[in-house]
Amino acid sequence: MVTQDNILLEVKNLNVDYLASNGTVHAVTDVSFTLRRGEILGLAGESGSGKSTLAYAITRLLRPPAQITSGEILYYPRAARNQDDSRVTVTNLPKNGRRGFRRGKGQVREDEVIDILQLSSAQLRAIRWNDLAIVFQSAMNALNPVMTVGAQIMDVLRTHRPDMGADSRKQRALELLQLVGIAPDRLRSYPHELSGGMRQRAIIAIALALSPEILIMDEPTTALDVVVQREILTEIMRLREKLGFSVIFITHDLSLLLELADHVAIMYAGRIVEKATQRDLYLHPRHPYSYGLLHSFPTLHGPREKMSGIPGSPPDLRNVPSGCAFHPRCPCAFDVCPKVLPVLQPALATNPEQVVACHLYDPRYHAEPPTTEDLAKAYQALAEGSTVS
Amino acid sequence: MKQLDSTITPIDSDSSSQPILEAEHLRKHFPLRNANPFGQKKFVHAVEDASIALYPGRATALVGESGSGKTTVARMLAGLYAPTSGTIRFRGQPVRLLDRAVLSKYRRHVQLILQDPFSSLNPVHDVRYHLARPLRIHRHVRNKAEETEQILSLLNRVNLSPAEQFIQKYPHQLSGGQRQRISIARALAVQPQVLLADEPVSMLDVSIRLDVLNLLLRLKEEEHLALLFITHDIASARYFAEDTFVMYAGQMVEGGPSDEVIQRPKHPYTQLLISAAPDPERFSAEGSKTSLTARGEIPSLINPPTGCRFHPRCPHAMPVCSERFPKRTDLGGGRWTHCFLYGNGDDKTEKTDTKS
Repeated sequence: MVTQDNILLEVKNLNVDYLASNGTVHAVTDVSFTLRRGEILGLAGESGSGKSTLAYAITRLLRPPAQITSGEILYYPRAARNQDDSRVTVTNLPKNGRRGFRRGKGQVREDEVIDILQLSSAQLRAIRWNDLAIVFQSAMNALNPVMTVGAQIMDVLRTHRPDMGADSRKQRALELLQLVGIAPDRLRSYPHELSGGMRQRAIIAIALALSPEILIMDEPTTALDVVVQREILTEIMRLREKLGFSVIFITHDLSLLLELADHVAIMYAGRIVEKATQRDLYLHPRHPYSYGLLHSFPTLHGPREKMSGIPGSPPDLRNVPSGCAFHPRCPCAFDVCPKVLPVLQPALATNPEQVVACHLYDPRYHAEPPTTEDLAKAYQALAEGSTVS
Repeated sequence: MKQLDSTITPIDSDSSSQPILEAEHLRKHFPLRNANPFGQKKFVHAVEDASIALYPGRATALVGESGSGKTTVARMLAGLYAPTSGTIRFRGQPVRLLDRAVLSKYRRHVQLILQDPFSSLNPVHDVRYHLARPLRIHRHVRNKAEETEQILSLLNRVNLSPAEQFIQKYPHQLSGGQRQRISIARALAVQPQVLLADEPVSMLDVSIRLDVLNLLLRLKEEEHLALLFITHDIASARYFAEDTFVMYAGQMVEGGPSDEVIQRPKHPYTQLLISAAPDPERFSAEGSKTSLTARGEIPSLINPPTGCRFHPRCPHAMPVCSERFPKRTDLGGGRWTHCFLYGNGDDKTEKTDTKS
């Protein structure tokens, strides 16, 4: 099922540091994942887990003191383009050093791969919005307050599609607004005249202006009310069906991701600690942290039982605990955890799709891997024991 | 630590106990600055008609989107805003919160916990200062030794240990969860009977939200506090509170026991809220794309829709909905709603003395 041409984006061993005066912060450590075509990949974690840094690293938007110290971000452009694809590449790009960069239709060989980390700034300019678009958390700050929404959409088109006429730009802007469910007469509205949900829609419209293949959404609905959030999410799902882009969806709200994403990666202290399909993660989270995170959200159904949350607080990234970074908060920690760094490996041999970085599933330390009930018991014991007196 | 006498006798049922804090028909209009001095005065109709009662040892959740007026209700109850009209009763007595002396006494019993622990603590003062001020102002301590003792006991009550270390820390040395615990400790310092918690966990990290909620629940049990829990997250309202009230655009639309309201919502707005809430269980029902019953956002409260303010978004709107606001319909079992779908409340046999 996982074939090579299915893969759209591959992140390999990515490391991002913040060079602070009082110590280097390893915000993202050794992160690898793949994004397939048409997939929604969810990244979940607490604040400070490195999920936003990861998103910024993929788009190369990080500024000093952040630094990508090592790793690869490989982008596999679509091998064959449809004939009716109206995409035009920017003509004034430098030709040297553009290894595998797409020019026009159907000229990309299948083995051509772009390492986003190697691109020059001019190449980045071409790839951003065209292939890789990002939707930021706060639409309020992402839109220019002194430009109309229409002007901001047309601005993107003017830059990336220089041979497009003013009329067709306007036409496209109107199309885009309709696509995201904003009335066309809002083209001449300023951001402050729009509600929060409409601003977020406008941002999505701009992100979709050049029909990118990858859409990175960094907490796109966190600032919105639940009803508006639901509308935006439904919109994203609908547009994905229609346009077939892939999404990296970053949020701290795991219950949201479980509904939306195909695959979910859980991050803790800069590392991915578990990766699984939404169903696997929901039905049987393997990592104690995933379990804790999943059970930090009160549910709408089922019995009202006492929930415990995760004890302690997220680690200081300047001083990450040794071994498994989660061990000081983990109810299942044992003597190996502070010493040895766990690596991602399939939790159970029967399901290679669900990988987890936890010693509990290592046959060297535990003959029998714990079940979800075992994790539940460990958390319950913790809740009754120390934190809640 | 000396306890209040109310902690000794637990209530057996809510019918027998008296509400400790009660608000009736609260209304708040904020005047808008008008460029034209001769023009018509404009107001933001933030809260139109809110009635709420808090009982000792019970948590009541107030749920709504932003702009629904839930924070305004809390601030009126805390005495930060003077209501445009309506009465607030404390232990059955109406309180005049414009009177400073009355307000000061009132605050000894009713305390507010603010949403953002990053801005609700003074960055230039340490924890001792924050907790000592309410103790001194309300004369709970006589000397320094007593003060230190009480502060340490407060810190222990909110699970900040070792308390001796926390007492001299400054807000920037604390994490969000720890700061919110300091805010809770500060509110507890005056030995209140009512705690108003305005989105106490929405600024915190997901993994520590439950810890803070559980702390509040434990304090509610131990000290027999009446809690008002304001939230936009209807699932945590169910977890936290015995009763849930739903507000929309300044109007109370539905209320009752939390489980009832959330499992079997009656008002179309409550139904909308619940259908919109993230629910991981939904995906297991394959192919069931969640369909919203209504779209749109909270209307402008400067010129709010007439009648029921939900009618422009309501899938069941009838002509009468835009004419007047439906009266309260009792649905039995403590449930009530303001919706014409369930009767207009006119011909109902209800408690005609207080409730509309």
